[in-house]
Parts: sequence; structure tokens; C-alpha cells
Amino acid sequence: MAGNLFFVVCALVALVGALGTVTSHNPIRSAVGLLATILGIAGLFLKLDAQFLAAIQLMVYAGAVVVLFVFVIMVLGPDARTDVEAGKAQISRAFAGGLMALLAAGALFLLAKGGPTPTVFAKVMPGHGDVEAVGGQLFTQGIVPFELATALLIAAAIGAIAIARGKAVRIDKPRALPKGKYFGGPAHPRDVAAQVDTGVRKDGAH
Amino acid sequence: MLSGLIFSIGAVGFLVRRNVLVQLMCIELMLNSVNLALVAYNRVHVGNMTGNVFAFFVIAVAAAEAAVGLAIVIAFYRLRSSVQSDEADALRH
Repeated sequence: MAGNLFFVVCALVALVGALGTVTSHNPIRSAVGLLATILGIAGLFLKLDAQFLAAIQLMVYAGAVVVLFVFVIMVLGPDARTDVEAGKAQISRAFAGGLMALLAAGALFLLAKGGPTPTVFAKVMPGHGDVEAVGGQLFTQGIVPFELATALLIAAAIGAIAIARGKAVRIDKPRALPKGKYFGGPAHPRDVAAQVDTGVRKDGAH
Repeated sequence: MLSGLIFSIGAVGFLVRRNVLVQLMCIELMLNSVNLALVAYNRVHVGNMTGNVFAFFVIAVAAAEAAVGLAIVIAFYRLRSSVQSDEADALRH
């Protein structure tokens, strides 16, 4: 009974969060709704004996993705808000949303009508869903996608920096390097105006 | 059922909202619901962890996607000073 109560609470939290994400006009509230959904789904993962995934969900989503969303919303400031979304496409949008909702409702209705009886889960083996079990399969069968995922993450990080940084700063004149010192610029502020011997003779000979 | 409901909410939100940030959040909703379904089906097969591993990869890819998507949002905002997807109508800049 207590387990069922836990399921219902987590499901309600997730559903309310999802609805809040979609319906709120303030993007910060949307982000908080997303956070609620993530917490609810992490609780459901616990209920489904997937402890490792629950922990990963909390770390990656609640700790990184939602924070990233909040960062971006804060960076954009008030412009991230949406005014009442009146627009040219109001009717078509409402039509598309209604159609999608109808499709989903129909699918759920068919599922509920012709669906099987609720599955009674088998007795869980000790260690189902903990780090050892998941990691064991991850590093035996899933080693190639795992390595590919690392490559994907590093490429995504670099790409995100490259996209978000905008135009690169162009340095117009290359600084002459002082002889024997391999960093650009004068060694001391007093040397800024001083001539720097670059070791290159005027006539180009070495 | 619950997974389907959350996925539907996310999909409807993606179609209806016109704020790119909210659309990205709706994508995250859909990915999360699919993860829930994967883990739930995995719970039926005792002693097999494929669903969990797959959900793990989904989380990794979703994190990468969120990072790149938000970077695109920032670049788009620099260009247009707006985060409405209706504004994204120029093929050249």
C-alpha cells in the first residue's frame, strides 16, 4: 500500500510538472515544472528498481540540464518571456495541438480498452538496477555506444561553445615575440613602448 | 499510461508553444517519458539490463542535445533579440 502511495505521489508530481511546463507563460516556471517532472520520474525509477538511473537522472537532469535552462533564461532576461502568444498562426496552432491531443487520447483509449491486465512484476533479483548490474552490461555489450557517447558529448560541448560564443575576436597585428621568451606581449608594463628584438633581421636573412 | 500521458503533453506543448526555450523543455519531457517506458519494460525482464542501459544513453544524448540547443537559442537571440520560433524565417543573415 505504501508503495502504491509512493507511485501515485510521484506520478502526480510528474504530471503536474509536465502540465506546468507546457502551460506557464513564464519560462522560469516552465523550468521549475520540468524539474518537478524530473524529480517525479526519478522517484518512479526508484520504484521500478532502477536505482542507478534514478541517481543519474537527478545528477544529469536536475543538476545540469535544468540549471543550464535556468542560466539561459537568466542570460536572456525579460526577453525570454512570452507575451500572450497571439499571432498569425493561432488557429493553425490550436488545430495542430487539438489534433495531436485527440490522437493521443485515442491511442490511450485503445490501450485502456484492449490492453492486457496489469503486469505483475516478477520478484526482483537482488542487484537488479544497481550500479554493478548496469555497469556490467554497459561495459560488455554496450562498450561501443558508450565510447561513441563520450565522443558525442565532447563534440557537443565544443560545438555549443563555438555556437554560443559568436564572432571570434580578431587580433590584427601579430605581436612580436621577445627573444628567448615564448609568451606574447611585453614582459613588464614598462616595456610596452620599448622596441622588441625579434631576432629577424631587416633584410630577411637569418 | 503515465509515460504516454507525459509524452503527449510534451508533444502538444512542442506544437502549440512558440517560445523556443519552452519547446526545448517539451523535447526534454518527451525524452523523459520514453525513458520511463524503457525502464518500466525493463522491470518485467528480470536479470536483463538492456532497458536501463538504453535509458542511460538516452540521458547522455539528451544532455548533449540540450547544450547544443541552448547554444543555438543564444546565437539566435543575438541575431534577432527574440526567442520566438516564428522569428526564425531568414535563410541568410
